[in-house]
Amino acid sequence: MSAVLIAVLVLLGLGLVFGILLGYSSIRFKVEGNPLVDQVDSLLPQTQCGQCGHPGCRPYAEAIVNNDEAINKCPPGGQGTIEALADLLDVEAIPLDAEHGEEQIKKVAYIREDECIGCTKCIQACPVDAILGAAKQMHTVIVSECTGCDLCVEPCPVDCIDMLPIETTLNSWQWPVPKSGVELIATDRHPGIALEADA
Amino acid sequence: MKNTVKVHSFHGGIHPPENKKQSTGAPIAIAPLPSRVILPLQQHIGLPAEPVVSVGDRVLKGQLVAEAVGRISANIHASISGTVVAIEPHPVPHMSGMEAGCLIIESDGRDEWIEHQGLEDYTQLPKQELIEYIRRAGVAGMGGAGFPTDVKLHLGDDHIVNTLIINAAECEPYITADDMLMRERADEVLGGIEIIAHLLKPLHIMVGIEDNKPQAIRALHAALDNSPLNLDIVITPTKYPSGGEKQLIKLLTGIEVPSGRIPADVGIVCQNIGTTTAIYRAVIHGEPLISRIVTVTGQAAGHKQNYEVRIGTRFADLLDHSEVRREQMHRLIVGGPMMGITVINEQIPVIKTTNCLIAGTIGEMPPQPPAQACIRCGMCEQVCPAELLPQQLHWFAKGKEFEKARHHNLFDCIECGACSYVCPSNIPLVQYYRFAKAEIRKEDEEQRKADHARIRFEARLERLEREKIEKEERRKQRAIEAAAAQAAKKDAALNITSSSADNRPAAASAPDLKQLKSNAAIARTKLRKAEKALTNAQEKGLDGIETLQATLQQLQVKSEQAEKAYADAQSAPALQQAPSAPVTDIKQLKSHAAIARTKLKKAEKQLAAAQETGDADIDALKAQVAELQAKSIAAEKAYSEAENGNSPATTPGIDTTELEADIAALQSKVDKAESAWKTAAESGSPAADKMAAGVEKLKDKLKALQDELATIRASASPAPATAVDSTALEADIAAMQAKVDKAENAWKAAVESGSPAADKMAAGVEKLKDKLKALQDELAQIKAGSTAKATSDSGTAASVSIKELKQQVSIMRTKLKKAEKQQAELAEGEKDPALEAEIAELRARHDAAQALFDAAEAEKAAAAAQQGIDLKQLKIDAAMARAAVTKAERALSKAEHDLKQTLEEELLAARAKAEKLNSTLERFSE
Repeated sequence: MSAVLIAVLVLLGLGLVFGILLGYSSIRFKVEGNPLVDQVDSLLPQTQCGQCGHPGCRPYAEAIVNNDEAINKCPPGGQGTIEALADLLDVEAIPLDAEHGEEQIKKVAYIREDECIGCTKCIQACPVDAILGAAKQMHTVIVSECTGCDLCVEPCPVDCIDMLPIETTLNSWQWPVPKSGVELIATDRHPGIALEADA
Repeated sequence: MKNTVKVHSFHGGIHPPENKKQSTGAPIAIAPLPSRVILPLQQHIGLPAEPVVSVGDRVLKGQLVAEAVGRISANIHASISGTVVAIEPHPVPHMSGMEAGCLIIESDGRDEWIEHQGLEDYTQLPKQELIEYIRRAGVAGMGGAGFPTDVKLHLGDDHIVNTLIINAAECEPYITADDMLMRERADEVLGGIEIIAHLLKPLHIMVGIEDNKPQAIRALHAALDNSPLNLDIVITPTKYPSGGEKQLIKLLTGIEVPSGRIPADVGIVCQNIGTTTAIYRAVIHGEPLISRIVTVTGQAAGHKQNYEVRIGTRFADLLDHSEVRREQMHRLIVGGPMMGITVINEQIPVIKTTNCLIAGTIGEMPPQPPAQACIRCGMCEQVCPAELLPQQLHWFAKGKEFEKARHHNLFDCIECGACSYVCPSNIPLVQYYRFAKAEIRKEDEEQRKADHARIRFEARLERLEREKIEKEERRKQRAIEAAAAQAAKKDAALNITSSSADNRPAAASAPDLKQLKSNAAIARTKLRKAEKALTNAQEKGLDGIETLQATLQQLQVKSEQAEKAYADAQSAPALQQAPSAPVTDIKQLKSHAAIARTKLKKAEKQLAAAQETGDADIDALKAQVAELQAKSIAAEKAYSEAENGNSPATTPGIDTTELEADIAALQSKVDKAESAWKTAAESGSPAADKMAAGVEKLKDKLKALQDELATIRASASPAPATAVDSTALEADIAAMQAKVDKAENAWKAAVESGSPAADKMAAGVEKLKDKLKALQDELAQIKAGSTAKATSDSGTAASVSIKELKQQVSIMRTKLKKAEKQQAELAEGEKDPALEAEIAELRARHDAAQALFDAAEAEKAAAAAQQGIDLKQLKIDAAMARAAVTKAERALSKAEHDLKQTLEEELLAARAKAEKLNSTLERFSE
């Protein structure tokens, strides 16, 4: 009888100790905010372009996590971002929703400076402060900071902002995908081979 | 030839046919002087060099033409003497086949060295200076990567360098440049090693060399006998890729360089054998790196041998010299057959890292057979010198699972091509790895950029928030200050009313000064333009010079006047100008009123005397008295108005004075023009007709100005009338009432006494009553339309500043909003009829003010357009209109069908507007 009592008491004691431990650590190590939002946010391209219908990348990340927003609304990120999000959230990767725009090559804004009237409207529109200028002074884009969101194009009263594709330099050039598939009849592509073989 | 050190081995490796014998038959030949050299600004790893010469400069051989930018970069020197003919993009040896910035030098054939001198005893020089000396010579790794050598020589500073390894393995087939270099210039090689050893102070020096170069090994040993150097020449078995840095280290020391680290981390520094010669020549002879040894080989080449080639020599020149049979050449490969690249353009130049050109025939370099499916044979794994899993990496790269590829150490791949070489399915494995590496690098770069953008975006949001709070605080502060100021003002207003009246015109005169200044500036620029045009015309002997001269004179006069006006305005204290007029006005008015009063009194006295004596002149006198009374009232009214300090009364004053000055200036202009015209007519000048027209024009202008002045004067008198306070009117009415009462009494008395003047008096009373009624009506009107009054009040001011009006509108709006808010708060409980009435009134006032503001603005815009002075504004408008057109066009192209019609209409309107603005702009910019 006493053995049973001891067992019960020991178990009760253990339960109490662990309960206190768990209760304390749940307060002490409480996670602030939703870490998933941060993870999703870090996968988004941070152009802050609003093409997804949310005012910036973080709001979209919050919508994805909290409101089950579709993950295919980010044209600047493209299919790569969708796949990364699908991977993170463990859902099916779906093709990009064309309603929000199509995936385009990377561009940066360029101000035709002699046409700029110095209205500062584009400066106010730029989400990353990549446009430099002052009232009645010519403005210019800091190319290295520009995310290519094209939010500055619409407000320009004289339409002097172009979105130019980023030029490939020797340093930014990269190897293309090797041609896949099997060339069954090589001589079709290289008629010289057949001729030489004959000779 | 026995090794004194144990040779280890590395995993994998292949044994492709060597093909080295072809090009070792003949000694190193000096390639002919090229007629032009193309020096790419980036021949090394790191940042491109910055040109320090410009097009057209003459440069000497060995002269610095482009300077290193940043730590990892290399100088570039002219390899021939001649003239810089271009600095422009030109095809360079790169996998992409793209163009990059190049400096092109046309040879003058003299091949003239710049003054250069080597160091007599480099051991005397501090290490830092010696390394700097090598850096200045532009030495970069000549093995293939082109890493700036000075950076590697600095490794002794923060690493303990135990072993110096000189890479003479030259494992790739076909290439014999290092082999021939060692055979012929072994002492230079050893000299270079001595310098490196002096800088790095290694415990052990090893030269790694493959056993397929016995002559080179012999030459090195021979040279070593005369050298103080203590080094080991380590002969390694021939196996590709034993010349890979990490592979050679493994071979010679048995140490494996950990993934992601550099050899210096394990106390080893590697240098290519070609680099040692370059260092030797730079230090001992003071010659920068302007030439290198290039193997020209391949079955299509006539002379398969090594050449000492100037950097920047075009491949075409070199191929021509070695008599390459172009019709047989199927591929031109730069570098070895394993890691080299195929180039198509023969205009590409030799750079610091170009060690071999292979002109291969189709039999020698057959096209890659089509790739088959991977059969998982595992041969690639067997040969991989980096001990990777090529097959796995291939699958990952193909499936774009880059993260997995990274985890399988993709970045340890040295792209040696051994796996592709053995692959029975001919899969271009290396290409897949290169692609995957590029994609991963791109992703990393994008991630870095995205993080950066996020930080900036968050910083911006924070800033906006902060600004908002600051603005709010400022607003509150201002409101408190304004309240305090208002209270102070009220106190002050009780004490001194006149001072405020004096202050106002000063403000009005300030913009005036600005206006004058800009006028003067405009006149000056016009004058300058005219002068330029005149000199231009004189130079070209055009006719119409006289007209131009006359115009110039006119402009001169105008400019002088404008400047004088500005100077006057500036020198005279701003206060004096404006207020003086109203002040004298008020005084004058006061005296007028006084005079009128005394006159009236006198006349009344006379009348009374006449009535007593029963004079016949009574009627006439009475009429006089009535007239005088009216006059006196009018004078007093005017005075009281003026004293109330109506700013509108002063502003028209300024306006007119300005206008008057304008008119006077114009008058003098007209006079001058007329006299000029007369003299011209007398002398029979052909320009007389034109001048006459000009005079006519000026006269018209003058007349227009005079008319304007008249209208302003006319409107100046009613203007104050509208500004009359209703209180003044009320006082008037009261006075009139009293008068009427008095007159009635007098009339009654007259009737009672049976005076004959009674009838007339009755008429006078009637008249007075009428007057009273008129006054009352006026008051009623004013009271009823208090909004109208307010607006007319500001309306007169509007001609001066739209800004004020705008402010008023906004004030009204806020007031209205406040009232509405109040009402809304009340609405739930009981409704306050008084508040509602107030709101209605406020709304009416707001609307009136808004309308007035709009009107004033429109007027101003119209006036500006008429004047056509503000060319800049016009330009901006035109640009905006143009933009509107393009935007509309864009919208049209995007729009659905049913929307199209309206959009088209809009577009037409926008186009019309743009055209109109453009034509105006053209007219004014002529």
